[in-house]
Amino acid sequence: MELFIARNIHKEYGATRALNDVSISVGKGSIFGLLGPNGAGKTTLIRIINQITAPDQGELFFDGRKMTTADVSRIGYLPEERGLYKKMKIGEQALYLAQLKGMSYRDAMKSLKYWFEKFDIVAWWDKKVEELSKGMQQKVQFITTVIHKPDLLIFDEPFSGFDPINANLIKQEILELRDKGATIIFSTHNMSTVEDLCDHIALINKSRKILDGPIHEIKQTYKSNIFEVSYKGDFNRVSSLLDPSFAILEHQENPYENTIRIQHLNGTDSNDLIRLLVNAAEIVSFREVIPSMNDVFIKVVESYNASNQ
Amino acid sequence: MNKTLIILKREYLTRVTKKSFIVTTLLVPLFMVALMVIPAWLATRDDNQERTIAVYDETNMFLGQISQEGSTKYHFVDPDTYNRLKENLAGSEFYALLYIPGNIITTNRAQLSSPKQVPFELAEQIERRLSQIVEADKRQKVISESGVPDLEEKLAAARTRISVNTMKVTEKGEEKKSSSMVAFIASYGMGFLIYFFVFMYGSLVMRSVMEEKKNRIVEVIISSVKPFELMSGKILGTALVGLTQVGIWIVLLVVGMTVVQGFFTPESAQEMGQSLLQSQPQMGAVQQSIPEAENQIAEILESIKTLNLPLIIFGFLFYFLGGYLLYSSLMGAIGAAVDNDEDSQQLVFPVTFPLILSIILLFSISKNPEGSIAFWASIIPFTSPICMLARIPYGVPAWELLLSIFLLITTLVGVIWVAAKIYRTGILMYGKKVNLKELYKWLTYRG
Repeated sequence: MELFIARNIHKEYGATRALNDVSISVGKGSIFGLLGPNGAGKTTLIRIINQITAPDQGELFFDGRKMTTADVSRIGYLPEERGLYKKMKIGEQALYLAQLKGMSYRDAMKSLKYWFEKFDIVAWWDKKVEELSKGMQQKVQFITTVIHKPDLLIFDEPFSGFDPINANLIKQEILELRDKGATIIFSTHNMSTVEDLCDHIALINKSRKILDGPIHEIKQTYKSNIFEVSYKGDFNRVSSLLDPSFAILEHQENPYENTIRIQHLNGTDSNDLIRLLVNAAEIVSFREVIPSMNDVFIKVVESYNASNQ
Repeated sequence: MNKTLIILKREYLTRVTKKSFIVTTLLVPLFMVALMVIPAWLATRDDNQERTIAVYDETNMFLGQISQEGSTKYHFVDPDTYNRLKENLAGSEFYALLYIPGNIITTNRAQLSSPKQVPFELAEQIERRLSQIVEADKRQKVISESGVPDLEEKLAAARTRISVNTMKVTEKGEEKKSSSMVAFIASYGMGFLIYFFVFMYGSLVMRSVMEEKKNRIVEVIISSVKPFELMSGKILGTALVGLTQVGIWIVLLVVGMTVVQGFFTPESAQEMGQSLLQSQPQMGAVQQSIPEAENQIAEILESIKTLNLPLIIFGFLFYFLGGYLLYSSLMGAIGAAVDNDEDSQQLVFPVTFPLILSIILLFSISKNPEGSIAFWASIIPFTSPICMLARIPYGVPAWELLLSIFLLITTLVGVIWVAAKIYRTGILMYGKKVNLKELYKWLTYRG
């Protein structure tokens, strides 16, 4: 079941093409990673989802029907470049932003109380934003994003500016919101967070979507049958036993055990390799090298750019 | 609650509770009252400095005619003392030395020397006194030469002042008393009020938009409300701030004036008026016609009543609102289009130029409210808020007024459309130097 679908989105700013036939679908209750180099068109897509700007072509669906401007009250958006009114008191400001999302005064106050207590920042209510550190401001911004219990949350680089402790706190909050049923679109350049959090990703490059799928499938797709083996024994013996369908990528000799990376050139079956190796050395560990999202990102973007020069 | 209303409320409350707002709101009327009260108060205070002036009179005509006036004493001296004083006036007990030459009647000149700078009023006082004495002397001679004993009375009776009553003829042919002075003041006052209001609060809108853009809070806000709602809430909220301020000023001014009137009793006011009149000898004639001046004031009050007040009030409200909306939406668009104050100045000037032009045109409109400059300036929407309003007190043909209103409304719709387009594109655009060509391009962007 999809909460949000964008179908064949095109968007141009004058002569600049921001999005070219981009489609994504975000499953209900999932965390969707929206990836891409700077200037690829991610922010434009996010703004289209938020109804800040309209696509030139294409359709948007929200919760099973065509998306309307009223749906923005069910979205919470934390932009990458975010700010608050410097001279306004924290509490008033959070209340104002909650009311703009369509909450009544009473509901907003109740919900704000809950979040301020949860983050232990009740004492900040009457402080002005300019008195707070950047990390403190980010907490307030996070609260104003989730205050109206949105069904869809959009976070653009949510962890930038947070120290590791607070970044972890926010991460836990995001996971908790997901567990409570919220759907999350997540845009970041931090690939380890993507691997930690996302179920599904889409990669946008130069205004086109060039990769889309569940994260484990993508990693499987982009693995190149490389195996890492630790063994006890002689490297020369090992290398002499390998037939031409295997290539040694690197090897390392250590006092107790050696490590070798071997690529299977004409197949995917790891047993082919194990069968050969057991004759040459004592195998300590054997694992297939699965590419990290970082590797996938670089590989996909670079090969796309190379073929579209 | 409607989202525009939420924005309006915030905009209004943050402005109105600001210290700077409270301070200016209270200080401006205080300043204005002070500007009226202090000079008046100073004028009623007598010059209490005791001065003795040595007079050397070659004619012997003035002895006994001038001895003391206010705190100034006159002491006549002989030629020896005069010569001594001429050498060393600073060392003497005298403040100044007045030399009246023997031929004063023909030359009309005397000389006042002092080691200090003689106050203007004292010099005038002496001039007036001497003139009166010489004039009386001459007059006496003329009367005795002519052989008409009551010539003086006859001349006084012949003195004439004619006042022209301006009447406005309505279409039905009935004559109404009007005062061109009242029309002039009304048209200038309203023109300037609109000018200042639009300028002040238009730039307030601009700064408020720029603040949100600089803060980067705007992206969060327009993910909740439409940019148009945000802009309208801002413009209307700011208008309300302005109206509050003007309202408070009017109340404070009325209170202030009442206090001032109580402070100056009618007698002291009259004294003040007299002393002002006395200080200008050429206006001596007016001095005798204070009842006439009072009559004039009554006439002015009368002619204020004959102005078409409902039309003026309607015109004021309409052009006030129209002018404000027209310019503040453009200023809002500028605030959205630029990143910093320097860039904004470059765009503000071309936008506010028609406003400045209108004020310049006010002069020519008041000279000729029917002329072609007045006509075009009051029809073209960017100058009409000030120029048409300035013409209304003089009377404007209905079709011109309707055409002007119609054009202003149509232009307003168009300008708001353009401003909203620029606003929604500009507000999320950073690091781009904008010019008019770029702004024009934004109009073609979709949604």
